Amino acid sequence: MHELLQQIFSGLVAGAVYASLALALVMIYRATDLVNFAQGEMAMFSTYIAWTLVNAGLPFWGAFIITLLVSFLGGMAIERVVIRPIENAPVLAAVVVTIGLLLIFNSLAGWIYTYTVKDFPSPFPDRPLFGALTTTRDLGVIGVTLVMLALLFAFFRFTKTGLAMRAAAQNPDSARLCGIRVKRLLAIGWGLAAAIGAIAGILVAPILFLDPNMMSGVLVYAFAGALLGGIASPLGAVVGGLIVGVTENLVGTYLIASQLKLTVAFALIILVLVLRPNGLFGTAIVRRV
Amino acid sequence: MEKSVIGATFDAPAVDRYPAPNAGTQRWIAALGLIALAVVLPFVVSKYHVFELTMVMIYAIAVLGLNILAGYNGQISLGHGGFFAAGAYTAAILMHRYGVPYWATLPPAALICFALGVLFGLPALRFEGPYLALVTLALALATPQLLKYFDNWTGGQQGINLTKPLPPHWLVIDRDRWLYLIVLAALLLAMRIAANLLHGRTGRALVAIRDHPIAAAALGIDTARYKTLAFGTSTLFMGVAGALAAIVIGYVSPEGYNLFLSLSFLVGSAVGGIATIGGAIIGGLFIEFVPNLANDISDAAPWAIYGLAMLLFMYTMPQGVVGSLGPWITRSMRQIRAQRAAFAGGDEEHDGKGRTS
Repeated sequence: MHELLQQIFSGLVAGAVYASLALALVMIYRATDLVNFAQGEMAMFSTYIAWTLVNAGLPFWGAFIITLLVSFLGGMAIERVVIRPIENAPVLAAVVVTIGLLLIFNSLAGWIYTYTVKDFPSPFPDRPLFGALTTTRDLGVIGVTLVMLALLFAFFRFTKTGLAMRAAAQNPDSARLCGIRVKRLLAIGWGLAAAIGAIAGILVAPILFLDPNMMSGVLVYAFAGALLGGIASPLGAVVGGLIVGVTENLVGTYLIASQLKLTVAFALIILVLVLRPNGLFGTAIVRRV
Repeated sequence: MEKSVIGATFDAPAVDRYPAPNAGTQRWIAALGLIALAVVLPFVVSKYHVFELTMVMIYAIAVLGLNILAGYNGQISLGHGGFFAAGAYTAAILMHRYGVPYWATLPPAALICFALGVLFGLPALRFEGPYLALVTLALALATPQLLKYFDNWTGGQQGINLTKPLPPHWLVIDRDRWLYLIVLAALLLAMRIAANLLHGRTGRALVAIRDHPIAAAALGIDTARYKTLAFGTSTLFMGVAGALAAIVIGYVSPEGYNLFLSLSFLVGSAVGGIATIGGAIIGGLFIEFVPNLANDISDAAPWAIYGLAMLLFMYTMPQGVVGSLGPWITRSMRQIRAQRAAFAGGDEEHDGKGRTS
């Protein structure tokens, strides 16, 4: 029983990271109908920025804030420079462009920072809690995710920009007629997604260690989490991410050797999706034709 | 998805436009010329280039297969490398374990992959857009793991070594050029089959489903049947390409069939031309040569260059090379023809006047 709880807890920690990245995917999907395959590599790159700042002698939380700001601006710039030109291109072209971005970020990180694995400091002390069930560091990871979720909820519920973003995502044409600058908000959406991704990267880096391929596995699980929750639902993304984290961990511990862990975890997720094609929290899209 | 309207069909270069009366013969002559060139080509370039060109054609078959699904039918698969692997291992196991001659492994590879594709396509019917992307992504990631897991069949991590087949002894060419010719024949056959399938009722149905599934269903198109058919056909092509790759390379191993391979096919299909047949060759060229070119440009960050090339192609030609340039070429050809006709017509008119006076 103790071991099971321990596994569930460590699954929740991984799940919190998947949830953060899944949130970033959902943000972009809602705004642009696009799955951003480069999200993980963008997060990885942000984490390198944080690593550089910390190594330059900045206090951790100072580096954290600066990284978020830089990522936000970087995300906006990517939307403006890379994504907007292909707004009306076929879906396949858009997919290829985000895959191209993925390759570019991965390769650039390898070029600038080399492929050697780097230690990344954790802001939380590593002490066992509740009779070694979990650690303060793990709780810190989950805590940061929850705080971020609460802030995002408040942003979309109570601020003018947040409401405008929801309007722009739901019905761009009507939103524009109401005087909302839809394109500006798309850019902000990308910026926010990049910043959220940066948080995911910084959270996972002390656990996985920092290298250019750190986020590729995380992205896949985050993607699964986002879809499991329903790709258009931020709350769903978080719940989906947590479920994926726990499932992955339990499958790896109890069901099958880690060789096929990913395959089995995915088979389970797909099974759920076959039964609920719009995800657990998604609603069927009704289209007027 | 929601942005697409029925009118989009007219912009897409999918359905053959009504060609000018004598364009058919011209097209045949051009095609025969190209085929003759392709047959002569291996005898004027070095052995290594022959191998590279053979791989280009194999990738072209695979890209063509994926294009049937992703380009024509709008089902974007990130996992077609899995079917490529299935074809490759079918050929490898048949040759290695049962001593089947290499040419006889192609039909089983095609059949097995067709069956796998239909089986995979049935649950995939329930998924669209990002959901299908996830399911196929899972397939791509699972492929190397599954290949390693069933190691008494697949040889596990070590893979399977194959002996490259010899040409028939009455033919005085070496083995690489012989394989080149076999692959060329397979590519031509694949393009012919694809053209027959896509330039007609089935092709129009697939495009209609891509552009507006609800309208397509309302017109009486059996969307489930056509989507499954598209899946099966595309994986059949993948299987043949995979089997050919196993024969030509003479080696299969799990790491060769990773996610990157699947993504390469998708990139090739988008770069060559979404919903075109000729674009597959451009796609094959891109997959085979651009990584090497990128490496020559910058060996520090080659994949950044590769990614930039992808971005550049998509910005300048969002419909792919053939999809974007094709209509332009057709237009200019038509203009030239019209001008010629006008000249000819003018001459006749002149003659006519001459006679009457």
